[in-house]
Amino acid sequence: MSNVRKAKHGWIFTIIFTILSVLWVLPIVIVFMNSFKLKAYINRFPFQLGPFKMTDGWDRFVAGVQKAFVGLTNYAEGIRKINFFNAFGTSLFITVCSVAVIILCTSMCAWYIIRVNDKFSKGLYCLCLFSMIVPFQMVMFTLSKLSNMLHLGNPVGIILVYLGFGAGLAVFMFTGFVKSIPLEIEEAAMIDGCSPIQTYFQVVFPILKPTAITVAILQVMWIWNDYLLPYLVLDIRKWKTIPIAIQYLKGGYGSIDWGAMMAMLVLAILPIIIFYGICQKYIIEGVVAGAVKG
Amino acid sequence: MNKSIKKYFPLFALPTLVAFTIGFIIPFAMGIYLSFCKFTTVTDAKFVGLSNYTKIFGDETFVHSLWYTALFTIVSVLAINFFAFVIAMLLTKGIRGTNAFRTIFFMPNLIGGIVLGYIWQLIFNGILANYSRTLVYNEKYGFWGMIILMCWQQIGYMMIIYIAGIQNIPGDLIEAAEIDGATSWQVLKNVTLPMVMPSITVCTFLTLTNGFKLFDQNLALTAGEPAKRSQLLALNIYDTFYGRNGWEGVGQAKAVVFFILVAIIALGQNYLTRRKEVQQ
Repeated sequence: MSNVRKAKHGWIFTIIFTILSVLWVLPIVIVFMNSFKLKAYINRFPFQLGPFKMTDGWDRFVAGVQKAFVGLTNYAEGIRKINFFNAFGTSLFITVCSVAVIILCTSMCAWYIIRVNDKFSKGLYCLCLFSMIVPFQMVMFTLSKLSNMLHLGNPVGIILVYLGFGAGLAVFMFTGFVKSIPLEIEEAAMIDGCSPIQTYFQVVFPILKPTAITVAILQVMWIWNDYLLPYLVLDIRKWKTIPIAIQYLKGGYGSIDWGAMMAMLVLAILPIIIFYGICQKYIIEGVVAGAVKG
Repeated sequence: MNKSIKKYFPLFALPTLVAFTIGFIIPFAMGIYLSFCKFTTVTDAKFVGLSNYTKIFGDETFVHSLWYTALFTIVSVLAINFFAFVIAMLLTKGIRGTNAFRTIFFMPNLIGGIVLGYIWQLIFNGILANYSRTLVYNEKYGFWGMIILMCWQQIGYMMIIYIAGIQNIPGDLIEAAEIDGATSWQVLKNVTLPMVMPSITVCTFLTLTNGFKLFDQNLALTAGEPAKRSQLLALNIYDTFYGRNGWEGVGQAKAVVFFILVAIIALGQNYLTRRKEVQQ
């Protein structure tokens, strides 16, 4: 295997990549640093800890940093302004419930499509494939009006919208995997007296688990970060997800409270980094598996 | 056995079917129909034939955003895939710290478009302030800003896919080529590249569609400023719907054109690169 062989000048590349990695995380570090600074100094000196010049010497540096440092003021203000924890709760609720519903319903549907395999299920499968190449802007206006009419503009109703719009990819990935499951296993279960429901939950779904994890990861990445769909579907006077809340900080006249913005960006990134730290292996494997099938 | 499953249609297929109908089929069909209508909400639609479509191409902002998007997509596809492939090649050579580098490069991908947009708005404006400019001074700044942002976000994702592709190449294939006296350039061109063609197909597909459909990053970074000159297609359509009164029909017609373009690009690209794939 090519990845076992050691590179000739490996240490040079290690140094280059170390520098590159530092540059890679720098944007996040800069945002983090600015989240503790006085509003006025964020835009004017975004790459410094405070107002000073490199040639000023140590005392001026310390004075500048002290002048700019405001502790958690920005956080307090941001959290108050956009009701961050509410937004976090809404985002979490919508993401977890939608992904759970998508996994359950689409995997069952995919199994039905493959095993029944009549004209109707073939047609449904083709429609799912087709929906994958339709951009959201195509259905944006009509979907938002329709969900309004059906009163789906709340965190529970939007789950149905996500199931509908996310069904294409999920059904496609599950059917790809169901096809590879040998029919004999299920037939044996049925002969032993299992109903289709028992067969599905006790035999088929456990086998589908790796694909379910892949689908879950792709859907979490999509739904957690989605801006436009919830913005148009939800009644945003009552419920905001994190991306909507952050965009809301921009206000009506395009002027941005950069202090609150920095603090909220940090709070938006933090859960993602924690989630990534815990599930890193699954995320990277899921992306590879999803790409190979997609 | 399929008959016994068929009886369970309401449990297995119906929930997805209902949601799919509400979330996709009806909005899509209505969208097509409404593109031939004049309307402000969906209930007051009046059929007007092709007049929405003829209005599109008289709309200078749309034509501009079309070219702007095309150029943006081409540059971002080339840049992201080039860097992602180079990094993937280097990170499969057994360098110390490979896993840590991979983890770090992938990370920005998990951050959402809106958040990304504001992070980079701060950074670009901070840099441009030295020249007394801002990001919305000129559409070119917004263009390159979005390219850099997209590279930062997507190189890691594509790198992961390329790494998987490169690791799938049997080692003896490369060894055989080296024993036959192939230079490392020849190995790359004649062995590695053809063997990772499936990864290239996937990555160009993803970067193409991501670039063409980009919305959140565009909205957060420049919001189309100055004067709609940095609008990508998706934002232009959104702006036509919600920013101009009485233009909903034109917006829907633009959306149909947008859909057709995305479909042509997706299917055409898939067809072209799949032909170049070799059997393993």
